[in-house]
Amino acid sequence: MGLTARHLEENGIPTVIIGSALDIIEHCGAPRYLFTDLPLGNPIGHPGNMDEQRRVVGLGLGLFESVTAANKTVHAPVRWSESNDWRARYAEVKPEEMARLKAAGDARRALRQTLKVEGKLRNQDDST
Amino acid sequence: MNHTLTQYMQRTRDFYAAQGFERAYVWTQNDTTPFTRPAKPLKDCRLGIVTTAALHERKSTDKRATACAPIEPAPKQLWGNDLAWDKTVTHMNDLGSYFPLAALQAEVSAGRLGSLTDRFYCVPTEYSQRQTIDVDAPQVLKWLQEDRADIALLVPL
Repeated sequence: MGLTARHLEENGIPTVIIGSALDIIEHCGAPRYLFTDLPLGNPIGHPGNMDEQRRVVGLGLGLFESVTAANKTVHAPVRWSESNDWRARYAEVKPEEMARLKAAGDARRALRQTLKVEGKLRNQDDST
Repeated sequence: MNHTLTQYMQRTRDFYAAQGFERAYVWTQNDTTPFTRPAKPLKDCRLGIVTTAALHERKSTDKRATACAPIEPAPKQLWGNDLAWDKTVTHMNDLGSYFPLAALQAEVSAGRLGSLTDRFYCVPTEYSQRQTIDVDAPQVLKWLQEDRADIALLVPL
C-alpha cells in the first residue's frame, strides 16, 4: 500500500495510510501514516468497537490537516490487549512444526510449477 | 525502532525460510518520499477509500487485480483470506474494523469531511512491486481522478 500511496502523492492526491505493519510502511516511506498497533486484519480498530474505529478514523483524517512534510508517522493510542502474546502468533515458526512447514513449502512450490506450466501463475509468483 | 512492536518483515522472512524458500523477499525502500498538500480544507475535500481487501473470496493462487465498487449500498463484507494477517487472533467479520466507510460517513455527516467518492477501490497486495507501480497504482489513480477525489485514505489489511 505504501507504493500506491507514493504513486497517488506523486500525481497530486494527498494520502493517509492507516495500518498496523509499522516496519513495512516506514521501510517503504509513506507521506502520512497513522500506525495502529493491532494485529494485521483490523487496522481501524477492534471488531465491534465502533467508538474506537471512529476515533482512529478521526485521527487519520487529522493528518491531512496537520502534517507538513513527508514520512510522518503518528502512533494511535490503541492497544489490542493487556498481553503481547498475539505478536508471536503472526507467521509463527514453532520448532516442532518445522517438518510440517517444509512440507507446506514443498507443496506450494509444486503447485506453482504446475500453474506456471499452465500459464496461470499470478504476478505474486512470477519471480520463481 | 521499539523492539516490543511486531517485526513483520523479520517474521515473514523467517516463516518463508522455514518453508524452504531460498530467496528472501526484499521490501521496497526509498530515500525520499513524495508529498502533496491538500488543496482545500478537509471539510471541502472529497475522499476516496482504498483497501487491500477484495470484492470476492480468492484462493491464494488466484490472480489478483484492482477493482472498484459503489459505496452505496455499502458492501456487507470484503475478503482477504488469501492475505497474510493474524487469523488466529482476529477476524474480518466487522467491516468497520478494516474498511472505515461508516466512520467516514459519520465524519461527513458531522461536517468535518466534505464527501466521499461514489466508489471505493481495491488494490491487491502483490509480490511483484513492478505490478503495483506500473499497473495497479496507476489504475487506482485513474479511478480516483474520474471520481474527482481530492484526497485518499489507504487502509491495508
